[in-house]
Amino acid sequence: MAKITVREAISQALWEEMEADPKVFIIGEEVGVWGGTYAVTKGFYDHFGPKRVKDTPIAEAAIVGGAIGAALTGLRPVAELMTINFAFSAMEHIVNEAAKLHYMFNGQFVLPLVIRTVGGGGRQLGATHSQTPDAIFAHFPGLKVVAPGSAADAKGLLKAAIRSDDPVMFIEHATLYQLRGEVPEGDYLIPIGKSVIQRPGKHVTIVTYSKMLDISQKAADQLAADGVEAEIVDLRTLRPLDMEPILESVKKTNRVVIVEEGWKSFGVGAEVASRIYEEAFDDLDAPIQRVAQLEVPLPYNQNLEQLALPKPEWVVRAVHEVL
Amino acid sequence: MEKQDYLELYRQMVVIRRLEEKSAELYQQGKIGGFLHLYIGQEAVSTGLISTRRPEDRVITAYRDHGVAINCGIPAREVMAELLGKATGVAGGRGGSMHMADVNRNFWGGHAIVGAHLPIAAGLAIGDQYQETGGVTICMFGDGATNIGYFHEAINLSKVWHLPVLWVCENNLYGMGTAVNRASAVSSIQQKARGFGIPHSKVDGMDLIKVREAAQNAIDLVRGGNGPYFLEISTYRFRGHSMGDPERYRKPDEVQKWQENDPICIYGEYLVNTSMASRDELNEIETQAEEEIKEAVEFAEQSPEPAPDSLFDHIYVE
Ligand SMILES: Cc1ncc(C[n+]2csc(CCOP(=O)(O)OP(=O)(O)O)c2C)c(N)n1
Ligand SMILES: [Mg+2]
Repeated sequence: MAKITVREAISQALWEEMEADPKVFIIGEEVGVWGGTYAVTKGFYDHFGPKRVKDTPIAEAAIVGGAIGAALTGLRPVAELMTINFAFSAMEHIVNEAAKLHYMFNGQFVLPLVIRTVGGGGRQLGATHSQTPDAIFAHFPGLKVVAPGSAADAKGLLKAAIRSDDPVMFIEHATLYQLRGEVPEGDYLIPIGKSVIQRPGKHVTIVTYSKMLDISQKAADQLAADGVEAEIVDLRTLRPLDMEPILESVKKTNRVVIVEEGWKSFGVGAEVASRIYEEAFDDLDAPIQRVAQLEVPLPYNQNLEQLALPKPEWVVRAVHEVL
Repeated sequence: MEKQDYLELYRQMVVIRRLEEKSAELYQQGKIGGFLHLYIGQEAVSTGLISTRRPEDRVITAYRDHGVAINCGIPAREVMAELLGKATGVAGGRGGSMHMADVNRNFWGGHAIVGAHLPIAAGLAIGDQYQETGGVTICMFGDGATNIGYFHEAINLSKVWHLPVLWVCENNLYGMGTAVNRASAVSSIQQKARGFGIPHSKVDGMDLIKVREAAQNAIDLVRGGNGPYFLEISTYRFRGHSMGDPERYRKPDEVQKWQENDPICIYGEYLVNTSMASRDELNEIETQAEEEIKEAVEFAEQSPEPAPDSLFDHIYVE
């Protein structure tokens, strides 16, 4: 199997789906002539042309709203929001339109729509450009939210998202594009709404996703050196949330640490922890620990910014708390 | 303006140019992080524009803000310290390149979400109108920003409420890699003001004297209680959108053609031709500017990092 980067994996998924289905097209800022600000769509404009790779004005509401409208006519748009921080400029259309139209009109409206976007901190971009607000989008029934943490998942999940008839928010991470992993060639799909055990272990369950999968793997390596075997469950999809592998794992380990990059308050960890308390309280031998970004808008200064972001040591410490 | 004032504007432009060149270097050395958007080529725009403001006039702009900061009177060393993320920076190292501000100098930022500061500018003008300060808000933004809804909401409101705001579009022909005619229904951005009944004009932004004249005329109108005014200033950024721009969207000879129209040279020529300054005087200013930037870098490099325990400062007032 070929080892490729997350960037290449996403690019491959897009390319293959566009080749396979003429109804798939890309719409967003700098996706065409520029080749994508993260170079994901490099070469697409020359190959597929301006009809299928649409450079838009800076107009997030029109990007998402326009993609919704096109999807309603049977097309399968992949809308790109340059970063998730700009998704707030399209919030009306994500939350009040994309997440509602199918239900509100009694199933008549169908929106086979993907919104690809990029989140994450740690690049000294300052408070407005460094957010990981994934949990916000997972709040709304009607929207599916996917956030892969490996190259294979990025490819498989994006292909599934493009073929899904529901609106899917596909959240990439800005510091994961260079991460390499083995990715099956050709038609490789991973179903949306399936968590998975990425690393088996028996002493503690670490629940995580996206970039924090990498951080958790590093923590698990450190823990392994001390004889602690951590089992890592990767959510991959935030909504619908698949608790099965988590509950299975907790039955075995009886201890849980949840690791997310976003803020702890009202976050992914809060949701997962509540579900575990509701559904598997008796399996727990210790209170659940959460690792998350400190509750501060991220500053530009590198030292300060790094102080606020979760790192493997925090995960290791949290694991020792629950052991 | 007196001779000294004319020379001061030359000084500001040269300081901006040297500051930006130095920043590019420091970015390449990894001493500046994040995104860095240079103002090289556009110096005459904000220098001419802001030379017409009174202390009570507010200035607000987008993320291409280092030059604007200098024109607002922020010392180069504080700008440089911010770029290096130091505690002595104009935003204490928290904001970085895109988020500079100095309220004491009536400079209200440095905003990195395209177009988002336009409604805020309208709000600053609401404040001045409400409190009868006589101040005008000068709001600068790019051509690309005129395509987002925020722009249309803000300028409409400014007209409906007759707000004292001077809208200034720096049309440098591109928003990132997207040429104006690929993104805007009209290539003449000032036309957009017409639809809202806002008086407007357009001026050559490579010529500081022309910018100053147009800005003076505009700001006088706004101050005179005539409601908002819209000024389109045509200009060009000589460098990429930000560091690391592959610049696939424009040809080198287009860039070169504009570079031959260097705003600093044009203004220098003007000063010499009108006998306002000799070549020697201009050279002297250039030497001083270089010194100033050198000193600014030293200051920034020697300045302390923000204290770790300051991380949680200023999340709330209370
Ligand atoms: C709402 C939003 N969308 C996208 C971006 C990314 N972005 C940053 S600058 C820029 C181009 C802006 O162009 P223009 O307004 O012409 O200003 P210029 O860079 O030319 O000075 C884009 C798309 C952003 N910061 N905010
Ligand atoms: Mg522009």
